[in-house]
Amino acid sequence: MIGLLFISPAIIGFILFNIGPIAQSLQYSFTRYNILQPPRYIGLNNYINLLDDRVFKIGLSNTLYMVAIGLPIHLIFNLLMALLLNTRIRGLSLYRSIFYIPSITPVVASTIVWLWIFNGQFGILNEFLKALGLPPIGWLTDPAWVKPSLIFMGAWFGGNTILIYLAGLQDVPADLLESAELDGANAIQKTFKITLPMISPVIFYTIIINVIGYFQYFTEAWVMTATREGGAGGVANSAMFYSMYLYQTAFQQFKMGYASAQAWILFMIVLLATVILFKTAGWVYYHAED
Amino acid sequence: MTTAIRWQENRIVRERIQKTIAYSVVIAMAIAYIFPLYWLVVTALKTDVEIFQQPPPIFPPDPQWMNFHASTTYIPFWRYMWNTVAISGLTVLGTVLSCTFIAYGFARVQWPGRNIVFLIYLSTIMLPSQVTLIPLYLIFRQLGWVGTFLPLVAPHFFGSALYVFLLRQFLLTIPQELSDAARIDGASELGILWHVMIPLMRPALAVVALFTFVQTYRDFLGPLIYLTDQQDWTISLGLKLFQNMYGAQWQLMMAASTLAMLPTIVLFFFTQKTFVRGIALTGLKG
Repeated sequence: MIGLLFISPAIIGFILFNIGPIAQSLQYSFTRYNILQPPRYIGLNNYINLLDDRVFKIGLSNTLYMVAIGLPIHLIFNLLMALLLNTRIRGLSLYRSIFYIPSITPVVASTIVWLWIFNGQFGILNEFLKALGLPPIGWLTDPAWVKPSLIFMGAWFGGNTILIYLAGLQDVPADLLESAELDGANAIQKTFKITLPMISPVIFYTIIINVIGYFQYFTEAWVMTATREGGAGGVANSAMFYSMYLYQTAFQQFKMGYASAQAWILFMIVLLATVILFKTAGWVYYHAED
Repeated sequence: MTTAIRWQENRIVRERIQKTIAYSVVIAMAIAYIFPLYWLVVTALKTDVEIFQQPPPIFPPDPQWMNFHASTTYIPFWRYMWNTVAISGLTVLGTVLSCTFIAYGFARVQWPGRNIVFLIYLSTIMLPSQVTLIPLYLIFRQLGWVGTFLPLVAPHFFGSALYVFLLRQFLLTIPQELSDAARIDGASELGILWHVMIPLMRPALAVVALFTFVQTYRDFLGPLIYLTDQQDWTISLGLKLFQNMYGAQWQLMMAASTLAMLPTIVLFFFTQKTFVRGIALTGLKG
């Protein structure tokens, strides 16, 4: 029983901060609750109302856009960068630092720089386009451009994934690659037949973590689109994401029941996505460890 | 020339081409990654006229170093920094303490059902924080904790599954004989943890402390919800003040952002090895 004593903080934390609140938020999701008056049971009304909530649906589809388009772009880009860094390049630790630093600086501080880089009138990106004789782009103001802009910026924040891949690549046994080379395999064959299968567990891990992370996408978009009046979400809600609307519902409109219903739908979506990822994980190769 | 030699020569040429491509892409990307940070510092050094100059000067002819000082008085910068460091420090303390105990209980003490309990616990990593956000807010509100650091700090004294996992992995690599020998000498479990394990765990504990610090330092949503009094804000909330004011002082906002980034960057350069080790450890989860 001494073991249970050691893990008792985890048990208490699990009940107080996980299971308890999960159950409670399900309860709240069937109520109307503005904090000032006690919660009132309204059945499935919150869920039914969400089906007709235009902003909610925009937030959901924008979030799915990031998961389905932004995330694969980021992970493939990060993997390519890691493969390049793994070519016994000189000055590796310098490059490693350069790619990693943006992922440890405060998100708000870094996003502020990008706000200025993307600025439609005075931003350096549009200056660059002007120098090339191209028309300026409303990076953050044009609804067609704001999500691609966020994805572009997101690549800059992803250096830690490059380093996770690099650590995985450095663990691929050199003798495996050498014997493949002796058998006449070229670089591309080696990459696809040996390197990628060997690091597939690492790739799988980054997919899981990033899918969960992207469903919670908040800070970057919030800072990018925050208005003086306290709103956010960009022109025509083009940068409204799931968590942002949930935050607004709960903490600006104080509709706790309605926000809880959103939280539970998010929970179900993330759970479903995780289950699908695990069920389709046949491509992940676990080599016997001895 | 024999085919073997020609093959060898082809190979050398091919490798040289590959190397050149790798280097040019990596260097180009490195410049692209540095550029926003360069632009941040350069913008911080401009005058309020140079900010809006077109085309923008790549480097200001007369760098305004006093912008940094001005930015720390424009908002209560040092107060916000202190709040941020205090919250991050307490969070590190809670996380390291609780995760050490929990990981020890999962790794070094035998008890029935240990593995299944661990798996359930581990699954909390995948729980989106939004799911528990509202009930937790309402509980903290009832406790009268909203508007204090407590909702941000207290939960961390009850462990964090990811770091428990990391420490447990590390503890599993320590030979069982060490514990057995200490037990024969009459040491209690607590004694073994304190005298035998903790000295060995230092590298792993450093990773946990560092990652927790950076994660808390960067946080925005938590402080946004719980720190209702402007006096208690963290630096991430404080930077927003520049945005809220009419006629945004971009150069001051950049100066304050630079200063806000400095602690994590300096920390990184002093503890680079620990960071790299930590990243390798998180990747191992696969």
